[in-house]
Amino acid sequence: MPFTQAPLPYDFGALEAHNMSAKTFEFHFGKHHAAYVTNLNNLVKDTPMADMSLEDVIKASYGDASKAGIFNNAAQVWNHSFFWNSMKSGGGGAPTGDLAAKIDSDFGSFDAFKEAFKTAAATQFGSGWAWLVLENGTLKVTKTPNAENPLVHGQKPLLTLDVWEHAYYLDFQNRRPDFITNFLDQLVNWDFAAQNMAA
Amino acid sequence: MRNFIQFLYRGMVVILITFFLLIPFATPAEAAPVELPPLPYDYDALAPFIDAETMQFHHDKHHAAYISKLNEALEKHTSLQNQSTEALLKDLSQVPEDVRKTIQNNGGGHLNHSMFWQIMKPQGGGTPTGALAEAINQTFGSFESFQEQFNQAGLGQFGSGWVWLVSNPQGQLQIISTANQDSPLMQGLYPVMGNDVWEHAYYLSYRNRRADYLSNWWNVVNWPEIEKRYAAAQA
Repeated sequence: MPFTQAPLPYDFGALEAHNMSAKTFEFHFGKHHAAYVTNLNNLVKDTPMADMSLEDVIKASYGDASKAGIFNNAAQVWNHSFFWNSMKSGGGGAPTGDLAAKIDSDFGSFDAFKEAFKTAAATQFGSGWAWLVLENGTLKVTKTPNAENPLVHGQKPLLTLDVWEHAYYLDFQNRRPDFITNFLDQLVNWDFAAQNMAA
Repeated sequence: MRNFIQFLYRGMVVILITFFLLIPFATPAEAAPVELPPLPYDYDALAPFIDAETMQFHHDKHHAAYISKLNEALEKHTSLQNQSTEALLKDLSQVPEDVRKTIQNNGGGHLNHSMFWQIMKPQGGGTPTGALAEAINQTFGSFESFQEQFNQAGLGQFGSGWVWLVSNPQGQLQIISTANQDSPLMQGLYPVMGNDVWEHAYYLSYRNRRADYLSNWWNVVNWPEIEKRYAAAQA
């Protein structure tokens, strides 16, 4: 099996105190993420893509209608791994150091960043993702539909929030805005975002 | 004198009744504000195939939210309020650009869900009859083959969306899927029936198992209503 599912960087129940239930991770990591890995492996089996890196598969299949299935599954494998790392128990609050300074300078203030992120995540109609990215040296908030991600737009992703309904329906049902606020207030792993910026 | 007063009184009652009867015709069918149509059965009426909690969120929260966003957009352009949501979706190019996407998403969300509640019922299921049954057999080979193709299209719709049986301008049946809340009307196709494959339609009961939801859904399908829609599409 060429592509594997990276382990969740914490236990299923690790974020329960922050309103993300073990049940959600059981399905989101255990079923959805796992299914993308299985589907991807089935789709690239015995093709040159089976020997490519996940990032290269994503970039090579993007925009090619005949490879839509490969793109969707490959990007979802990558997006979910990135999402697990974008959260941690006792996360949230404000970043520090270089990232904090860069957010202030590129968005005007941390509050302005939060507003931009909330709007992007709330207005992604249907399934998709909200992102903090670095593009040509400037921080930006973006949103993408379904499996699409910043790698195919030449941007460097720093942080993401999954706004597919399966990410929040068991814990928040239709209340996506509450899920977004909860993420910003209690879950964001700013160390991960800072590492991505420095990398 | 007494008879005369009674006569006047009766006359007024008749005028008042006539007045109230005429009100629905005095205004266009869907002038803003658009209102949430009541669910035509109880929340738990489709259990165990669709649970009561799902129905409650789906109708009272999701459908209601599409309507309030649709109304917000219509308030910005009062000229649009004289047109039905169907008419707006059939020709989105005539909708001002600043609200076009909002009307596509939320007008679609409103129409799709309004149809969805109607084409389901308790003790539904079974098979269609009459002209629709014939057309399904002719187009798809058999009812079972139609169900299988419909389920496959629903499963293959990546992300949020709908799977549809539509009637095209030539009156032929087709299975299609659309992303998000896009209505088949946008492509000139009439939605004879459709199943919602947004995760909110099934996640509380079925979680990641969309295939199980799709196959169980046939148990709540309201064929008499769908037959009426098919007849309307052919007319």
